[in-house]
Amino acid sequence: MTTLRRRLVPYFLLGPGTIWLVLFFVVPLFYMAELSLWSGVIGEFEFSWNWSNYSEAFSAYDTQFVRSFYYAGAATLIALVIAYPLAYAIAFKAGRWRNLMLFAVVAPFFTTYLIRTIAWETILSDESPVTEFLHAIGLAPSGHILATGPAVIAGLTYNFLPFMILPIYASLERIDERLIEAAKDLYSSAPQGFWRVTLPLSAPGIVAGTLLTFIPAAGDYVNAQFLGGAGNRMIGNVIQSLYLSQSDYPSAAALSFVLMALIMVAVVIYIRFAGSEALMGEEAA
Amino acid sequence: MEGRGARAWRWLREHAVNIVAALVVVYLLLPIAVILLFSFNDPQGRYNYTWVGFTFEHWAHAFSRPELNEALLTSLKLALLATVISTIVGTMMALALVRHNFFGRRLSNFLIVIPMATPEVVMGAALLSFFLITGWFSLGFETLLIAHVMFCISFVVVVVRSRLIGFDRSLEEAARDLGASSFGTFRLVTLPLIFPGIFGGAMLAFALSIDDFVISNFNSGTTVTFPLYIFGAAQRGIPVEVNVIAMILFSFTVAAMGFATWQQRRAEKMASVRPEQEGGIGVPAGATAAT
Repeated sequence: MTTLRRRLVPYFLLGPGTIWLVLFFVVPLFYMAELSLWSGVIGEFEFSWNWSNYSEAFSAYDTQFVRSFYYAGAATLIALVIAYPLAYAIAFKAGRWRNLMLFAVVAPFFTTYLIRTIAWETILSDESPVTEFLHAIGLAPSGHILATGPAVIAGLTYNFLPFMILPIYASLERIDERLIEAAKDLYSSAPQGFWRVTLPLSAPGIVAGTLLTFIPAAGDYVNAQFLGGAGNRMIGNVIQSLYLSQSDYPSAAALSFVLMALIMVAVVIYIRFAGSEALMGEEAA
Repeated sequence: MEGRGARAWRWLREHAVNIVAALVVVYLLLPIAVILLFSFNDPQGRYNYTWVGFTFEHWAHAFSRPELNEALLTSLKLALLATVISTIVGTMMALALVRHNFFGRRLSNFLIVIPMATPEVVMGAALLSFFLITGWFSLGFETLLIAHVMFCISFVVVVVRSRLIGFDRSLEEAARDLGASSFGTFRLVTLPLIFPGIFGGAMLAFALSIDDFVISNFNSGTTVTFPLYIFGAAQRGIPVEVNVIAMILFSFTVAAMGFATWQQRRAEKMASVRPEQEGGIGVPAGATAAT
């Protein structure tokens, strides 16, 4: 009797959370799948295995798909390049500044996402010192940054940068420094030691950080809405407006599925390429 | 003798990482500084985008806009409820995953990871489809709460689990040996030790909930939360009070984080008392846990 009770304990502990996630995450995906196969005109939809929703949605919005993946990819790459030195400095060089620097990394999360993005709207507006400086050094030849692709990429980079920094920092911090010393003892130069010891050991953090940055960036519509113009709409903007303004639910549902499928494919290819230990288990945060 | 140029270059090369790191920190904090600065702005029109002049006016009357207050209250209520539910449910899941081996463990892990790897717009759209087709819930506070708890659970599980993994279980055995019941052991030993993890998970859940825009945008009906108010106001011009309230929320979060760090240090001290008393050689707690 007691052994039976013991064996039931984990299921009792898991029960409420599992029910919540199944009912409000998994089941809704099936309803969205059903919705994506409806046909008819707005207001009078009916279920009909209408697969053409997918081909039509994809061909109508292929530019937005390509743009989303291009913006998210660029933002992820830039985030990686600027996150690594900071994570490295916090892990190995910060000393007593470590906690303060970690605070700076998470501080943006303490102000609302929308307000942060709107703050960038102020920073990148035409009369701002930042825009004038970039214009002066030739990085913004037209004198405008807002309502361009680079503005959207800059916003995406900023908003998801902490997701890149924290996993890289976590994996760097875990490195046994004796390994780096051993490389030195074996006559490696500092750059060699970095490329052959430190960098490979921080790979799980890079993989996790890249995924945590790329996935939300590819589906984002807030940055494109505030920092982009009419020519910078991402697929998230299309889904949002089809669902919430135009009530074209079947197309929007089909687009959501295509987006999810494309992200899954990208993630699987990336993990095949980069090694798989990092996605499951502890590294996911 | 090396020249001045060579020396400067060497200094630069030695400190390159620190210089880049400092620049990135400035970059991270720049928008927060802008939000703070513009909370003291005195804009002439409705748009708070260009600097006009300094005033304390909006700090003195931070809560003078009823619609904004109502949205803020809705957000606080929602975040509080979502935090309580997701923290309890998530902690239970984390306990099951770390301490028990059972059939379906991998599947449970997968179920917890997958919402974190799904774009918000997809989750929002899927939930809206579900609510629209079934008609079981009317869009509003109820559906927002369901959605917020859903996306908070995974994060709570991950935070609490990371805390449980380093847990020294011999402390619990000691309590049992000294005659504590299993519930007593949990209440007096386990809970205080994993409390910083639970508190950290709860804080993350609160932050995620109060900041959520995308999923709320889909499932709010006519209910307005703080981020939804800002989104609606963006077209008409955002009142300066929004910046003031954002900075007030910021200060509270910083204070809560300070408290969490302090709690964590205390728990670490508590866990490390034992080996020092035993051997007197000051073996760190981690070393005993590893053996």
